[in-house]
Amino acid sequence: MSDVLVLIEQTKGEVKKVSLELLAMAAKVGSPVAVVLGPGADSTSGLLGEHGAKKVYVDSNEIYVNQIVVPTVTALTSVINELKPVAVLVPSSADSKEVAGRLALTCNSGVITDASDISADLSVTQNIFGGATIVTSKVTTGTPIITVRPNSIAPVTGGATAEVIALAVTHESGSTSVTNRVAVAKSGRPDLSEAAIVVSGGRGVASEDGFKNLIEPLADLLGAAVGASRAATDAGWYPHQFQVGQTGKTVSPQLYLASGISGAIQHRAGMQTSKTVVVVNKDPEAPIFDLADFGVVGDLNEVLPDLTARIKARK
Amino acid sequence: MGVTALKICVCIKQVPDSWAEKKLTAADNTLDRAAADRVVNELDEYAVEEALKIVEAGEGEVTILSVGPVEAADSIRKAISMGAHAGIHIVDDAIHGSDAVATSLVISEALKNRDFDLIIFGSESTDARMSVVPAMVAARLNLPQMTFAKKVEVSAGALTIQRQTETGYDEVKSSLPAVVSVVEKINEPRYPSFKNIMAAKKAPLETLSLADLGVAASSVGQANAWSAVSAFADRPAKPAGTKVVDDGNGAAQLEEFLVTAKFI
Ligand SMILES: Cc1cc2nc3c(=O)[nH]c(=O)nc-3n(C[C@H](O)[C@H](O)[C@H](O)COP(=O)(O)OP(=O)(O)OC[C@H]3O[C@@H](n4cnc5c(N)ncnc54)[C@H](O)[C@@H]3O)c2cc1C
Ligand SMILES: Nc1ncnc2c1ncn2[C@@H]1O[C@H](COP(=O)(O)O)[C@@H](O)[C@H]1O
Repeated sequence: MSDVLVLIEQTKGEVKKVSLELLAMAAKVGSPVAVVLGPGADSTSGLLGEHGAKKVYVDSNEIYVNQIVVPTVTALTSVINELKPVAVLVPSSADSKEVAGRLALTCNSGVITDASDISADLSVTQNIFGGATIVTSKVTTGTPIITVRPNSIAPVTGGATAEVIALAVTHESGSTSVTNRVAVAKSGRPDLSEAAIVVSGGRGVASEDGFKNLIEPLADLLGAAVGASRAATDAGWYPHQFQVGQTGKTVSPQLYLASGISGAIQHRAGMQTSKTVVVVNKDPEAPIFDLADFGVVGDLNEVLPDLTARIKARK
Repeated sequence: MGVTALKICVCIKQVPDSWAEKKLTAADNTLDRAAADRVVNELDEYAVEEALKIVEAGEGEVTILSVGPVEAADSIRKAISMGAHAGIHIVDDAIHGSDAVATSLVISEALKNRDFDLIIFGSESTDARMSVVPAMVAARLNLPQMTFAKKVEVSAGALTIQRQTETGYDEVKSSLPAVVSVVEKINEPRYPSFKNIMAAKKAPLETLSLADLGVAASSVGQANAWSAVSAFADRPAKPAGTKVVDDGNGAAQLEEFLVTAKFI
């Protein structure tokens, strides 16, 4: 079967769930081959094999985290030239989309971003305009390079031991250097773009304390990630890393619970494909209600503590 | 800072107003630009603002560049009215329907002999939403790619940015010239002053065709794109959900919904 290359995202050996989803997507169109780069890469092949990778190309070189994007492009280009895969899948993260863009140039190939599905003939489904329009498209030149959104497919287990191949790549001297890494947003909660449930707050939450006292406790009871509208991150009530929407994260969870969010088009662009949407908003005319499977017209200061207490009582 | 006479180019895209309903045209599956007001991509206003702040801290000139139809000239002048000095408009019928590969080619060919110190982009166009053009231009011009900056610092011949990441930010250094893209947290774009609006009407605008750039029509446009849209459809409307007004019972009703849907 033809090889389908998958770029694995990992940090110090911890593989992101979206990478395992991409292996499942790759298996729909061919034989998944993983490329895993950076410190920790050498400890991931067991997990990747278990999730369907037939081969794993590994390079633990520090260069992949010490320079922006370019070394990853160089490594992928060398594997593509050697293996001639039928397609290359990368996650739809900011970094990997840039990898995809540059790869299109080095491989003379078309690129499609933000796919939600890929069919056997390599035609791609995308939700555009904030999810309002569904488009089918196809790369017509070169090796299709496709970025795939998180939560588009469930990971598949039960694979075998993958063949591990050490990558030997010659890198040119780079033009960027990462001198410091700062993590501002650390929590024990699931990753926002990968979470099955997202509990989100907006301007109606009214303060940093509102997030601490109303949103976070509910999220923790549900095992959910916390999200925020731009109004809330701009006000400094919650870090930007948790912004959902056009200029924040795109999420597609099983359940999206929006409180005190009006549902501006730029917010909807980041959550419109959620499977179930629940809304708490005091304005019955708020556009977010158009997306709601269940909506409560009410004051979140009353509804959320009551709901949290009720869920707690059930446990 | 002590930086003098920086030459900065800001690449902006004219897009349909993101508040308006966007549509594709049935004729050729491209964006229906007539269906909505045309505006400067909001995310590019942060790029213009950052460029202005950098030259105001020292000395220099800001040039606005855009690839787009005749009407895009209005958006270039709009961006100039924030305080920029000149504009470059690349317009050619053959460009209609270009993909990111071709757009990045046209931008790069226009920039390659102009020795700008900094080329600044927005982080994403609100219509295409690919976030790939800045990286592609950096690759084509063989310049450092300093993208997704939430902070930019220019000092003699060197550039430092805070690159926004999934968990925080990375501090990254490069030399100049460089390609930068900025995220929307970086600044607050200014409103044009009356004086600058008047000045923008008279600002020099260079209008270039593909022939002027030496780019073959066969490497751009919809027919030569490396990917193609074959079909599109409106997302099926979601059946209307349940909406209850809280009379003290709202949380209980919500709880019941979550239980029935097996979330709790
Ligand atoms: C280029 C661009 C990019 C953008 N990107 C994003 C993005 O990525 N993400 C994003 O979210 N926005 C984005 N925006 C901003 C977007 O347009 C809206 O301004 C923003 O989403 C509004 O946030 P909000 O819904 O929290 O606030 P508002 O629109 O002010 O809504 C607050 C809501 O809370 C309700 N409320 C108030 N008090 C209570 C209460 N006590 N109980 C219950 N309900 C209450 C109100 O009825 C109202 O509906 C972007 C804008 C632009 C121009
Ligand atoms: N036609 C264009 N003309 C000038 N700049 C553009 C054009 N298209 C995209 N850009 C720039 O590239 C950035 C990213 O666009 P995109 O890759 O389409 O999301 C935008 O924010 C602009 O700065």
